[in-house]
Amino acid sequence: MAGPAKTSERSISLFLLGLLAFSPPMLLIFGGEASILGIPSLYAYLFGAWIVLIALVRILAERARPNERPRPPPRPEPR
Amino acid sequence: MLKGWVVLLASIAYLCALFAIAYYGDKRADRGRSLIANPYIYALSIAVYCTSWTFYGSVGRAAASGIDFLTIYLGPTLTFVAWWFVLRKILRISKAHRITSIADFISSRYGKSTVLGGLVTVIAVVGIMPYISLQLKAVSTSFRLLLEYPAIVMPKTEYVPHFLGDTALLVAGCMAAFSILFGTRHIDASEHHEGMVAAIAFESIVKLVAFLAVGIFVTFGLYGGFGDLFAKAAVKPELAKLLVVDAGAYGQWVTLAVLSMAAIICLPRQFQVTVVENVDEDHLRKAVWLFPLYLLAINIFVLPIAFAGMMQFPAGNVDADTFVLTVPMAAKQESLALFAYIGGLSAATAMVIVATVALSTMVCNDLVMPVLLRIKALHLQERGDLSGLLLAIRRGSIIGIVMLGYLYFRFIGQSVTLVSIGLVSFAAAAQFAPAILGGIYWRGATRLGALAGLSAGFLVWAYTLLLPSFARSGWLPLDFVRDGAFGIAHLRPYELFGLGGLDHMTHALFWSMLANVGLYVAVSLFSRQGAVERIQAALFVDVFRWSGERGSQFWRGTATVSDLQALVVRFIGKRRADRAFSDYARSRRLNLSKVPEADAQLVNFAERLLAGAIGAASARVMVSTVAKAEIISIDEVMKILDETSQVIEYSHQLEQKGQELERASAELREANARLQELDRLKDDFLSTVSHELRTPLTSIRSFTEILFDNPELALGERERFLGIIAKESERLTRLINQTLDLAKMEAGRMEWQMERVNPKAVVEDAVAATGGLFEERGIHLDLQLPLRLPMVYADRDRLMQVLVNLISNAADYCDEADGRVSVWSSARQDQVTVGVGDNGPGIPRSVQTQIFEKFQQADTPRRGRTGGTGLGLTICRQIVEHFGGTIGVESRPGKGAQFVFSLPTAAALEHGGAGDGRRQAIRWLIPAAGRRLGFKRKRRVPAE
Repeated sequence: MAGPAKTSERSISLFLLGLLAFSPPMLLIFGGEASILGIPSLYAYLFGAWIVLIALVRILAERARPNERPRPPPRPEPR
Repeated sequence: MLKGWVVLLASIAYLCALFAIAYYGDKRADRGRSLIANPYIYALSIAVYCTSWTFYGSVGRAAASGIDFLTIYLGPTLTFVAWWFVLRKILRISKAHRITSIADFISSRYGKSTVLGGLVTVIAVVGIMPYISLQLKAVSTSFRLLLEYPAIVMPKTEYVPHFLGDTALLVAGCMAAFSILFGTRHIDASEHHEGMVAAIAFESIVKLVAFLAVGIFVTFGLYGGFGDLFAKAAVKPELAKLLVVDAGAYGQWVTLAVLSMAAIICLPRQFQVTVVENVDEDHLRKAVWLFPLYLLAINIFVLPIAFAGMMQFPAGNVDADTFVLTVPMAAKQESLALFAYIGGLSAATAMVIVATVALSTMVCNDLVMPVLLRIKALHLQERGDLSGLLLAIRRGSIIGIVMLGYLYFRFIGQSVTLVSIGLVSFAAAAQFAPAILGGIYWRGATRLGALAGLSAGFLVWAYTLLLPSFARSGWLPLDFVRDGAFGIAHLRPYELFGLGGLDHMTHALFWSMLANVGLYVAVSLFSRQGAVERIQAALFVDVFRWSGERGSQFWRGTATVSDLQALVVRFIGKRRADRAFSDYARSRRLNLSKVPEADAQLVNFAERLLAGAIGAASARVMVSTVAKAEIISIDEVMKILDETSQVIEYSHQLEQKGQELERASAELREANARLQELDRLKDDFLSTVSHELRTPLTSIRSFTEILFDNPELALGERERFLGIIAKESERLTRLINQTLDLAKMEAGRMEWQMERVNPKAVVEDAVAATGGLFEERGIHLDLQLPLRLPMVYADRDRLMQVLVNLISNAADYCDEADGRVSVWSSARQDQVTVGVGDNGPGIPRSVQTQIFEKFQQADTPRRGRTGGTGLGLTICRQIVEHFGGTIGVESRPGKGAQFVFSLPTAAALEHGGAGDGRRQAIRWLIPAAGRRLGFKRKRRVPAE
C-alpha cells in the first residue's frame, strides 16, 4: 500500500511515460519498414508499449491506498 | 439464410434480451442485491466508449490512413493512467455534491449557475447529435448490406426509404423506448440506473466477442496468422504505405490523441457511466486498467481486417467502413456476418441509450426546469408532486433527442464517413475540458470565465466544423466553405485567418481551444467570484480535505422541517423522501418531529437531496423558496475560506514543526524539572545546615552570655558551662568539616587517594584509634577478624573514616549499663564485608532507610560526648558507594543494631565483572540531573 503522496508521484511519472511512449518521435523510430516476427514494427511497438502501460497502471492502482479520510471541516465561530 | 426476416428477427431477439437484462438488473436493485456493484461490470459499462464508430469506423480509418485510428484509444488510456489526478477527484466531487450530469458538474462548480448549466446542455445536445445520427446510420447501413446477401452492394447514399419502412427509425424507436423504460423509471436522488448499466455491460461483451470473432476468422481463417497476412499486405504498395508513417502525418496523431483524452471524460455518456452511475469509488481502481485492456483487445484485429478487406475487394467499390461485415459475407460465413451485425447493433444501441439518458437528464435539470421554475405564471412553486412532471420532461426530451438524431442522419449524415462525424462530436465535447480541469484544480476560475470560454469555443467549433459539414451536405451554399462568410477570405471555415496547411480537425481544435482556454483564463483573471462561486470553488478544489458535511457552514438558513420535507417529497416522492429524512435523523440521533426548526445542516442536506434529482442550480432555487437560507456575507465566506485554506496549507508543516517543538519542549520540561528539584534540594540542604549550625551556636552564645553577665558564678558551674561551650564548638567544627566533605563529595571535587588497601589492617587501626573511648566508658569490644582478608581498592583515610564513624556511633548508642560492641569481618564472593554491631535500643524499622539521609537521626544518643551531626552515616554511604560497595543496617528494636558494609575486592574490580554493577549503582545526590547538566565526576578507574 502506497500513501497518497507516493501514488501521486508514480501516477505523474507513469502518465509522462505514456506520453513519451506514444509521442511522434518514438513512433518515427519504429515507423520504418522493419518487422518483428512478421509483424510490422510500428504495430508491434504500439501494442507492446500499450500492454506494458496497462500492466504498470494495474500495479500502481492496486497498490494505491483506496481513499484518504477527509478531515472534518472547520467550524465557523458561533455568532 | 440472411433473409430480411431472419435479420429482423435476430435484431428484435437481441433487443428483447437487452430489455430482459435491464429489467432483471432493476429488479435486483429494488431488492437491494445489486447486479452492477462490482468493478468488472463498471469497467464494461465504461466501454460504451466503443460505439459503432469503433466497430465499423476504425477499420475504415485504418484502411484510409493506417495506424492513426489507434489514437482514439491511446488517448483514453493515458487519461486513465492519470486517474489519480482527474477521474478520482471528479468522482469524489460528484459523490459529495450528488452531481447528475456533466452540465450539473460545471454549473455546480461555478456557483450553481443556471446559465452555465443551460449552455453546457445546449453544447452537448448540438455536439452529440451528429454522434447519435452516426449510430443510426451504421445500423441502417449494416442492415441494408445484409439484405443484399449474397451480393455485396453498397447502399446508395441518395436512397431515402419511406419513413415507416426505415430500419433506422425502427431502431431509433426501440432505443428511445429502452431509454424511457430504464432511464426514467423514477426520479431518484442518487440517479443510478442499474438495469441500464447491466444492459450496457452486456452489450460491451457482445460487441467485443463479435469483433474478435470476425478478427480471428479473418486472420487465422482467411490467412495463416498475422505474419502471413502482413506479408501478403506488404507486397501491395497501397497497403504497405499504411504501415509506414511519414513525419508530417503526426500532427493529426497529436490532435486525435488530445481530442480522445478529453472525450473520455467530457462526452456526456462517458461522464454518465464513469461518474454518475458509479456505485463505489473503489471500483475505479480496477477499471483504470480493465478499460484500457478492453480497448486494446478490441483494436488488435482492426488492421488485419482492414488489410484483408482491401485485398478481398481490390477494386475499391466496397466502403472500408463495412469491412467487418462484408469480409465475412464475401467468405460466405452467414452466421458470422449475422453475429458481426449484432455486434455493430449492440455498439450502436449502447451509445444511443446512455447518451439519450444523459442528455435528457441535462435537458430536464439544466434547461427546462430552471426556465419553468422561473415562470411565475405556471405556479410550479406551489404545485404538489412534481416528480411526474420531471419524468414527463425527461421522456419527452429522450424522444426529442433521438428524433433529432434521426433527422440529422436522414438529411445531413448520409454524405459523410463515420469517423469524421464522430470527430466533430469529440471536438464539441472537448470544449468542456478547460472548464472541468480548471474547475477542479484552479480555485480562481470564475463563472464568467467559464461562460466566456465555453461560448467562444462552441462558436468557433460550430463555425469551423459544424457549418462546413452542413455546407457539404447541401444545406448551406458551398461558397461559404470555399470563399468564407460574406466572401471574406480570412473567414474561410477551414482556413480561418489564413491558417492553412492543417487538416480540418487540427485546425478546428487549435482555434476553438485558443478561444476557449484564452477567454476562460483571461476573463477569470479579470472578474470577481460571487460568494456561492467562491464556496463551490473551494469545495471542488479541496474536495479531499473536507468531510461529508460540506458547505453547511456557509449557509445561515432556517426553515421548518416540515416545509423542507414537503419540498423534497414533491420532487422525489413521499417514500424516498421519508426514507432519506429518517436516515438523516438516525445518523445524527435526532428526532425530527421534535425539531421544528431545521438548522443549516438539514437545509444543506435537503438541497443536496434535491440536487440529485433536479440538479444543483434548480435545487438552489427551490430551497430558497422555503428556507430563509441566506448565504453568509462574502466577507465572512472569504474569512472562513482563507482561514481554512491557510490552516490546511500550513497544518502539515505545522504538524511536523509541532512534533519537533513537542520533543524539544519535553526535553526542556524534563531539564527544568531536574533544575527545580536541584534547587529544592539545595534550599533544603541550606536550611537544614543553617538550622544544624544554629543549635550549637545558640547554646555557645547563651552560655557565654551567662558567664559574661554573672562574673560571680561559682567555679563549678563556670567549668561546667565552659565544658559545654567547648563541646558545642567541637561539634560545630565537626559539622562544618563534614558538611564540606559531603559537599565536596557530592560535587565530585573530593580528592580520592585510591589504592590497594588491606581492609584487615584498616579495621585494626580503627579499633585501635577508638580504643580510648571504650576504656573510658567501660564498653566491651568484641573483635572477630579472619586471618587474611583480600585486598580492596579504596582510599585508606576515607575507609578509616567510615569505620571510626560506625564504631564511635556504636559506642554512643550501645547499652548504658552493659555496653557491648562487636566488630567483625568476612570475605566471600569477591567482596569483603565488615560489620559493626551494638546492643543498644535498636532502630525502628520505619526509620532504617532514612538514617542514611542527611540530618536524619534515629534517636538522641543515650550517652556521648557531643551528639551526632546527622551527617556521619550519609558520608559513610557516600564513601562506601564511591568504592563500589553497599552499606545497610539490620536491627530489631531492643536487640541492638548492626551496620554492615561490603566492598568489592580489588581482584574482582580488575576482572571487570562484579564491581561494575555496583559502580553503576553509585547514588549521587541528584543523579540524572547531574549527568545531564554536565557535572562530571572524577572517578579513577583502577590502573592495574
